[in-house]
Amino acid sequence: MALDRKIAYINLTTGEIKTSSIPLEVRKKFIGGRGLDAYLLFNHTKKGCDPLGPDNALIISGGLLTATCASATARSHFMAKSPLTGLLGSANMGGFFAPELAWAGFHHLVIKGKAKKPVYLYINNGEIEIRDAENIWGKTTTETQWAIRDELNDQEVKSCVIGPAGENLVRFANIMTGIKNAAGRTGMGCVMGSKNLKAVAARGTMDINIAHPVEAFEYNKRFIDQITSAKVNQTQGTLGTPFIWGATNSWGGVRTRNFQYNQCEYADDIEPERIDEICEETMGPYHMSGCFACQVHCRAQYKIPSGPFAGKYDEGPEYTSQGAFGGEPDCKSAETVLVGNHLVDQFGMDNLETGSIISWAMELFELGILTRKDTDGLDLSFGNDEALLEMVERICYRKGFLGDTLADGGIQASEKIGKKSFDYLIQVKGMNNLHSDERATPALALNIATASRGSDHLRSRPAIDLYHLPEKVLRKIYSNPIPYDGPLSSEHTEYIGKSWQVFWQENCYMAVDCLGICKYHTMFLGATLPNFEDWPKVIYYNTGIEMTPEEIWDVAVRCNTIERLFNIREGLTRNDLKKGDTLNHRYFDEPCRRGAPDVIGKTIDREKFEIMIDEFYKYKGLDKNGVPKPETLKKQGLKNEPSHMV
Amino acid sequence: MEPTNKVLMINYEKCTGCRLCELVCAVKHDGKSNPVRSRIKVMKWEHEGLYIPMSCQQCQDAPCINGCPVNAISRNEELGRVEVNYEICIGCRTCVSVCPFGAMNFNHIDRKVIKCDLCDGDPQCVRFCEVKALEYVDSTDVSIVKKQEAALRLSVAGKKATALQAE
Repeated sequence: MALDRKIAYINLTTGEIKTSSIPLEVRKKFIGGRGLDAYLLFNHTKKGCDPLGPDNALIISGGLLTATCASATARSHFMAKSPLTGLLGSANMGGFFAPELAWAGFHHLVIKGKAKKPVYLYINNGEIEIRDAENIWGKTTTETQWAIRDELNDQEVKSCVIGPAGENLVRFANIMTGIKNAAGRTGMGCVMGSKNLKAVAARGTMDINIAHPVEAFEYNKRFIDQITSAKVNQTQGTLGTPFIWGATNSWGGVRTRNFQYNQCEYADDIEPERIDEICEETMGPYHMSGCFACQVHCRAQYKIPSGPFAGKYDEGPEYTSQGAFGGEPDCKSAETVLVGNHLVDQFGMDNLETGSIISWAMELFELGILTRKDTDGLDLSFGNDEALLEMVERICYRKGFLGDTLADGGIQASEKIGKKSFDYLIQVKGMNNLHSDERATPALALNIATASRGSDHLRSRPAIDLYHLPEKVLRKIYSNPIPYDGPLSSEHTEYIGKSWQVFWQENCYMAVDCLGICKYHTMFLGATLPNFEDWPKVIYYNTGIEMTPEEIWDVAVRCNTIERLFNIREGLTRNDLKKGDTLNHRYFDEPCRRGAPDVIGKTIDREKFEIMIDEFYKYKGLDKNGVPKPETLKKQGLKNEPSHMV
Repeated sequence: MEPTNKVLMINYEKCTGCRLCELVCAVKHDGKSNPVRSRIKVMKWEHEGLYIPMSCQQCQDAPCINGCPVNAISRNEELGRVEVNYEICIGCRTCVSVCPFGAMNFNHIDRKVIKCDLCDGDPQCVRFCEVKALEYVDSTDVSIVKKQEAALRLSVAGKKATALQAE
C-alpha cells in the first residue's frame, strides 16, 4: 500500500538512520509530498538555523499517489531552509526518481547533519546505506548518475544528484534527475552540497498494493483521457512549455533586458519551431520525452547543432530557458538558448535564477554600476551571447569577483556591489522572478509577491486569468469546493476578485504537490483539467483513504499555513523588500513600454495592490502583518505547532 | 474462435519513455504497482533519448516452447500468443535464459515466470499508449506499414543522392 511507505531520518554527521511509519492521522492532516515536507521542516529545524549548517533539514519526498495507478505521479519534492532566501526552500521535479523511492519503501527522507567527506545515499528495498562519493565528486549531473549506476552495477537505479554548482555552494544550485528534470528553485542543491551529499540513489521492487485496482485502473483511463483531450496539453506535448512563448510575448508579457522592455522583437528566432529547424541534422525527427506514467510528454529532445558542444544531447529548453538565455539577457540566438540550457543542466543550477541574475548584472554593467574591473575584462553587455555563457560557468565555479559574487544570489550580491544595484534586482523574498512581466496582470503580480518560496509562478498563479474566460466559467471553477460569491472578473488587467483566484490556486497547487501529481494535470494552464472534485476517487481507489473535496481543500489550506508559519518564524514581514510579500519598485513605477494596447503604459497600482494583499491575507486567515491569527491556527488544528507527530 | 493474425507492434520512434505501459501491465495483471510485475519493459538510453519497449514477440517457433523441459509452454492460436501453463511449470527458468528478446521474465516476489499474454486480445498497454508507440494490429498491416516507411526513406535518400551528384 502507498500508506505503508515510510519516513527515514538520516543523520550524516553520526551515520544514524531511523525509520518510522506515517500514521493515518498525519496523512489525513497533511496527505504527503510537499504538505508533509512542510510539516517535517517546521518540526525538524529550529528558528534561525544556518541554511548551510548541519542543523538544516533537507527533506526529499514523493507524494501520496506516487507510483500508484494514477496519472503523472512522477513528482518528487525537496524542502529545506533556503540558502538563497533564508526563508522556505522548496522545489519540485518530475522524472523517475520519486516512483523508484516509493518502490524502495519510502515516501519521505529527512536528512540532517553533515558528512565528513563526500557521500551518497543508496536506498534499496527498505535498506539505506551511506556510501563513499569521493570518486564522483566533481562530476556533472548526468556523469554522476551514470557513475552511480556503474558502481552499483544496476542500470535501473534512479538518482537525484547535484552537479559542480551544488558542490561549490552556489546558492541557487539545484537537484537534478535524468537529463533535465530539475528541482530548480531556492537552492536545494546548495543545501545538499553543504551536507557533502552528492546524490540519493534509489532502487525498489517493493509492491505498492492498489486498494481498489480495477476501479483505480479504469478511473486512471478516464483521467488520462480528460488530460490528453485538453488542447493545451496536446500543444504542450508537441512543443513543450515553449508553446506559450509566442503568445505571451505578443501581448507584452516577456521581460527583456532585465526589466527594460516587456516584449522581445526577435521572439521567432528562439521559438521551438526554429529550434527544430536547427537541430534537424543532429536530432532527426521531432521527438518528446515523458516523465513517469505521463501522457502529456512535454520534454522536447535536442542535440546541439554546432559549436564546442555540437552533438551533445539534452532536453528542453523550457519556456524558462527561452527567457533566461534569450529574452532577459537580450541574446537573439536559439543556439545560445540550447547551450545555456545544457550548461545549467550539466552544472546543476537553476536556469531561471542563472539567466535572471546575469541579466541583472548586464543592466548594472550598462549603468556603469559594474565595470570591466568587476567583470575581469568581460564585456557584459546585453546581447553578448559569449559573455552570457562565460558567466554561467564563472558562477558555477565561483570564478573571479563577479562569478563568486553572483553565486551568492541577488540580495547578497547587491549588498556586495552596492550603489543602488538592489533597485534593479527583479526579485521577491530574495528569489528572482521568471522572465514574465506582471505589470499588466495584477493577479499574477499578487501571485509572485505572495508565493511562499519567493517570486514564483508555480505556487499560486491563476494562469487561466489570461484567457478572458466568461465570468460564469470562472465562477464554476473558483466557487468549488468552497463557496465564493464575491466578485470575479474576466479582464486580466483588473484587480477585482483576483485575490480569491490566487488563494484558490495556492490551495489547488498545494493539493497536487501533496498528491505528487504534475501541475499540467490540474487547473494550471487548462481550465478543463482535474481539480478538487476529481481527486477523492483517485485517492480512494488507490489508497483506500476517503476524503471529500472539502477535506482535500482543508489539507491544502493547512499546509499553506505551515509554510507561512515557517516563513514568519524565519523573518518574513509584509513590506520588507527582501523578505516580504511585495514587489520591486519598478513594478509600480516603470510603465510597460510595449505589447497590446491594454498593456502599454501599465504599472501595478500600489494602492489597489495593497488592497489585494489585504484580501488575500483575509482569505488565508492572517492578520494585517501576514501572521496567522490564533483562531486560524485553532480552526486548522495547528495551534500546538511544532507538534512532533512525525 | 478463428486464429488471430494480430500482433503487438512496437514503434519505438514514437515512445516517450514514460513507462505507463509497465504500470498498467502490472496493475492489470496483479493489482499492484511494481515494475517487476510488468510483462513489458521500456529499455532506455537516456543519454541520447532513445527508448525501446520490449515485450514477447509471440514467436511461431518459440525457443521458450522448444526449451521447456516439461512442455509447460505452448502456442494458443486463437489468441495468437505463447502461454505458460502454471499447473505444469516447474519454475526452472530455462525459458528465461533461451528467450532471444529477454521477454520471459522471472517475478522474484511470486517466484514464477511471467510473460505478455496480450491481455486475452485487448492489450492494455496499447489502450493506454496515447502516442501509439504500441499498437495491436494485423501482422500483414505491420509489414505494409514498414514497407511504406522504408520506401519513403529510400525516396528521401534518392533525392539527397541526386542532389549530391548535381553538386
